[in-house]
Amino acid sequence: MTALPPPPPKKLGLVIDLDTCVGCHACAVACKSWNDGGAFGPLPDADPLGAAPDGVWFNRVHTYEVTGLGTAGAASEQRKADDGGRPEIPTAATAHSRVPPALTIHFPRSCLHCETPACVPVCPTGASYKRAEDGIVLVDADKCIGCQLCAWACPYGAREFSAARGVMQKCTLCVDRIYDDSLAPQDRQPACVAACPTRARHFGDLGDPHSEVSKLVAERGGFAPLQELGYAPVNRYLPPRPHRDDGAHAAAETAEAPLDGEALPPLLRWLDRLLSR
Amino acid sequence: MRPALSIVVFTVLAGAGYGVWTWLGVLLALRAYPPGRNATLLPLALGFALVSAGLVVSLLHLGQPQRAWRALTQWRTSWLSREGLAALLTYLPALALAGLVRGDASFLPARLVGALLALGALATVTCTARIYTSLPPIPAWRDRRVLPLFHLHALLSGGLWFAGGAQFAVRSTAGVALAFAWLLAVVLLLAANLKRAYWRALDAAPAPADAGRASGLAALGTVRAFEGPATEASYVTREMAFALARRHAARLRRIAAVLAYSLPFLLLCVAAFDMTLRPWVLPPAAIACTLGLLVERWLFFAEAKHVAAAYFP
Ligand code: SF4
Ligand code: SF4
Repeated sequence: MTALPPPPPKKLGLVIDLDTCVGCHACAVACKSWNDGGAFGPLPDADPLGAAPDGVWFNRVHTYEVTGLGTAGAASEQRKADDGGRPEIPTAATAHSRVPPALTIHFPRSCLHCETPACVPVCPTGASYKRAEDGIVLVDADKCIGCQLCAWACPYGAREFSAARGVMQKCTLCVDRIYDDSLAPQDRQPACVAACPTRARHFGDLGDPHSEVSKLVAERGGFAPLQELGYAPVNRYLPPRPHRDDGAHAAAETAEAPLDGEALPPLLRWLDRLLSR
Repeated sequence: MRPALSIVVFTVLAGAGYGVWTWLGVLLALRAYPPGRNATLLPLALGFALVSAGLVVSLLHLGQPQRAWRALTQWRTSWLSREGLAALLTYLPALALAGLVRGDASFLPARLVGALLALGALATVTCTARIYTSLPPIPAWRDRRVLPLFHLHALLSGGLWFAGGAQFAVRSTAGVALAFAWLLAVVLLLAANLKRAYWRALDAAPAPADAGRASGLAALGTVRAFEGPATEASYVTREMAFALARRHAARLRRIAAVLAYSLPFLLLCVAAFDMTLRPWVLPPAAIACTLGLLVERWLFFAEAKHVAAAYFP
């Protein structure tokens, strides 16, 4: 059934710390590796070792550059966009007066297991569904006709169509790991969470305000993007922590004092002139 | 959005077919249609061919077309499912009509079935349009002009096919044909103006999202996608971040407008002034309009921007 279930008692999801994520893609690789042999069938690639490999990944790590840190107005803009009530993202400007010139932020992107997603009700076959017991959004590969409408309906680009299998595929929150009693308790978490070398990924029940993940979200001002579209994502991202002043200071020092070519030793002076042409 | 040829062809052909059926059904129901078995059967068959060709082409879009029947199950929530159901149900009055026509315009069952045919055809076109208008990540499709444009385009192209095709089967109907030509001209002008307004609104609309909003990091400062997640393109970049033809959009819009509106309008005027020329001008008008709508529908996809594209550099 593609009708959404009533609000589930549990809201399982991920909390991803953008402060500690180093963009190593270990989560993406672990995800691909686990799910290729997982309960939802393989993730075949076209031309996997060739010049143009092509296939489905449930989790992809983007990298963003943020400049103009702490520019006025930006924070209030975010508050408007977010669903309100939760703490504002601490920006460099509100915490310290000196800010670094730019931040590089790695941003793992996967299904946010939204509470009211359009990807489920648009599905004509019932292949897309949201589990009533824990809110995980799944695709039944045996029912999916590959019409791809659900991928159009997802603003987060979280669904990928498998040309090789002719069906839609997406993050399963490792539903075939987290309930598996034959695994050691510490392994009953999504493969991406287990693989992260900086422990930037956390898994838990975001519907329970006392869970570890909910506390993290409350403490760090966790947010979800594109809340204005009304999908009520469950996953949360933790914003980068405010930068310490000394970092900004070092950056400011290197930025000033242009190179004085005439003060250089002769060989370097010649090189400097050559390169300045 | 990447324009999938199968969907472009499906929506245009099936739209024209449903347009033919709508006009036929309405005229039959209103007793405004001339008697004669062939007068009904010919446009009925024409609509059948267009609709069926479109539906078959639409299956090409599916990854697992042999399971297409499953798409009929979720009509409670899914406009795509409703579209499939409406399309199949509309075949019932079409087939019934084929059995009922007697060449007698006042035969009540045929008039009732004609009304059902028109309703089914319009409902199917509505479902098609609602598939697009119900997708929050694609603001260009949520525009309030999208739904009436699907209807007007179906009525316009279907009307031209209907007028162009039916005249071979209909004799001595100059009065009806003249009125119909003017009616079509009105539909055409409405469609052309609405489409122009849609294109203007599209040009004025801001991008549906930027990297700051998509990542939620806008609060920190100016956000720029620095590196994509992979060196190769992926399904999402190909499907949602399609930007290939936007460069040529202005020229393609002109081609679409000339073929779909200007040319058929001129030909309709010619037909209205000299009804004997109808066989020479109406079929070309229908063909031009359909070709123009293929370009229009292609642009409808190519020019629509998806929020998820903002994640990528
Ligand atoms: S992130 Fe996309 S695929 Fe996942 S539940 Fe939300 S809308 Fe659906
Ligand atoms: S691609 Fe599959 S899961 Fe997605 S809407 Fe179509 S049938 Fe449903």
